[in-house]
Amino acid sequence: MPGLDDLYREVILDHYRSPRNQGELETPPAVRTEGFNPLCGDEVIVYIDVDDDNVITDVAIGGQGCSISQASASMMSAAIKGKSVTEARRFIAAFKGLMSIHEGELGGDGSEAEMGIDAIAAGDEGGPAIKLGDLEALKGVVKFPVRIKCATLSWNTLAQALDQAAADA
Amino acid sequence: MSGIPADIKKDFPVLQQQVHDKPLIYLDSGNTSQKPQAVIDAMSDYYETTNANVHRGSYDLAVRATDALEGARSKVARFINAPAINEVVFTKNATEAFNLLARSWGATNLGPGDAVVISEMEHHANIVPWHMLAAEKGFELRWIPVTSDGHLDLSDLDTFLDGAKLVSVTAMSNVLGTLNDIPRLAEAAHAVGALLAVDGSQYVPHVPTDVQAMGADFLIFTGHKMLGPMGIGVLWAHAELLEAMPPFLGGGEMILNVTKEGFTTTEIPWKFEAGTPMVAEAVGLGAAIDYLAELGMDNVRAHEIELTDYALRTLNERYGDRIVIHGPQVATERGGVLSFVYGDPDMRVHPHDIAQVLDQAGVCVRAGHHCAKPLLQTMKVPATSRASVYVYNDESDIDALADALEASGDIFAF
Repeated sequence: MPGLDDLYREVILDHYRSPRNQGELETPPAVRTEGFNPLCGDEVIVYIDVDDDNVITDVAIGGQGCSISQASASMMSAAIKGKSVTEARRFIAAFKGLMSIHEGELGGDGSEAEMGIDAIAAGDEGGPAIKLGDLEALKGVVKFPVRIKCATLSWNTLAQALDQAAADA
Repeated sequence: MSGIPADIKKDFPVLQQQVHDKPLIYLDSGNTSQKPQAVIDAMSDYYETTNANVHRGSYDLAVRATDALEGARSKVARFINAPAINEVVFTKNATEAFNLLARSWGATNLGPGDAVVISEMEHHANIVPWHMLAAEKGFELRWIPVTSDGHLDLSDLDTFLDGAKLVSVTAMSNVLGTLNDIPRLAEAAHAVGALLAVDGSQYVPHVPTDVQAMGADFLIFTGHKMLGPMGIGVLWAHAELLEAMPPFLGGGEMILNVTKEGFTTTEIPWKFEAGTPMVAEAVGLGAAIDYLAELGMDNVRAHEIELTDYALRTLNERYGDRIVIHGPQVATERGGVLSFVYGDPDMRVHPHDIAQVLDQAGVCVRAGHHCAKPLLQTMKVPATSRASVYVYNDESDIDALADALEASGDIFAF
C-alpha cells in the first residue's frame, strides 16, 4: 500500500517551501500562458522568454496550488531554463511518460509503456537521453491517481507556452 | 440527546469497511450521502419483484411498477408539504432541474430589461444555466453579495429586486453552511411581482422542509444527498406555474398526442418527464424519505446542530489560529458543512494536501472549490477543505478528523 512518504518526498517539499523561478516576466518579449485544474481550482501561470536561437533564456512561474502542482512547476522551471525548445518538449514527453509508465503498471500493462518512455527519453532525433533528475521524485504521484493532474498541470501549460512562442516567432 | 440512535452506523453497509487499514470516516455527505440498507433493499426488491415500464403497460406487473413510481412521488410531496402530488417533477438531479427551470420557465418569461437575482453563494447549478440563458435572451443576472461572516447581504435588496422577475437562491450554502432567510426573500420577491426559486439541495436532506411555509414558487433538490440513490432529483412548483410552462425535453411519456403536424403535451407532472423515467431510483428515494421520516427530521436537524457545535468547539479549541472555519460560527445558524483552512496562519496547507493526508487516516473530506467558484473568489481563497456531516456521523468522526489534521501539520510544517 502506498504511503504518504511515497508522495511527499523531501525534495518535493523543498521545492514547495522554496519554489524556484517564482514571479513574472515582462510580456512581450515573454510568452504567458495559464493552466487550470477545474477539479480543485489550482492555477499555474508559465512565463517563458525564447530567444532567436530557440533557447528558453528565462522562465517564471505564477499562480497557486497544492504541494504537488507547485513543486512540479518549480522543478520544471529549473529543468528547462537555458534549454532549447526542442529539449523542453522532450522534457514534457519524458515527464508525462514518468506519469503514465506507472499508470500502465496499475493497469497491468507496464512493460510496453516503459519501452515507449525509453524511446521518448532517447529522443526521436537520436539526441542524448533526458535526465529528469529531481523530477523523478514525483513518480510516487502515480500511486495516487487523482494527483497526476496536479503534477502535469504546469507541464501542459508549458506546452501551450511553447506553442504560443512558436506561433509568435 | 437528539433522538438519533447511537448505533445508526450499522444501517449503512458502506461505513462497515476499512480504508488504508483504518475505519472509514465519511465526512463528505454535502457531496453525496451514503445509503442505508433499507434504500438498497427497496431498489433491488423493485427489480426483483416489480420491474416493468410505467404508464403504458396493461398488465398487473406494469400497474405495480407505475404505482411504485407514483407512490414515491406522493412520498416526496408529503415530505416537503407540497399542496399537490402532481406538483412534484422528477429530474435526473438538481442540475437538470435548474436547467428545466431556466429552459422552460426562463426562456418563456425572460428577455431584455428583465433581471434574475441570484447570490454569490450559489452552486454552479444555479449559476451556469442562467449564464447560458442570459447570453441568448439578454436579461441581466444580478448577484446578492455575501458578507465577511458568511451571510447574504440583504441591505440593498430593494435595489436588487427592482425589475427582477426571478430570485433564485440556495436555502443552505454548500460551502459556508449558511441558512438563508427564505421566507423574507419570498416576501420581498413577491412584493415586486418576482418569483422565488430555492435550491434545497443542501437544505431538504437536513432540515424539516415545508414549501408552503417557505413561500417558495420553485424548490429544487436531489435524491443522492438525502440517503437516496444518484440519478433522481426533484423540481417542485405550484401547479399553475407548471401548467403554463412549455415542456423541457420532448419524446415519449410527455405527450398526449403526436401527429405528422405536431404534438400536444400530457398533463403535469409527466409533461416534464420525457422518456422512460428512473423508477428504481424513485423507489429508492421513497425508501430514503421513509427512513428519514422514521428518524424524524426534527431529530435529524437537532443531531446536526449538536454535531456542528461539537465540531466548531473541538477544532477551534484544539487548533486556535491554525484553523479558520468559514461561515456562521453559531451552529443554529448553519448546517453541518464545515469549510476550513488549516496550517500556519501565514502558510496554510493546501486543501488538496489536507484531503490526501486525511484520506490516509481513513477520513473522507472534499477539497476544492465545491462548484461555487464565485463564492470562493469573494472569500479570496482558491479552495477549501470541507467536512460535512449527516445522520450517521457522531462525535468520534469529528475526533478522527481533528486527529488526522495534526498529521498534515507535521508533514507541511515550515
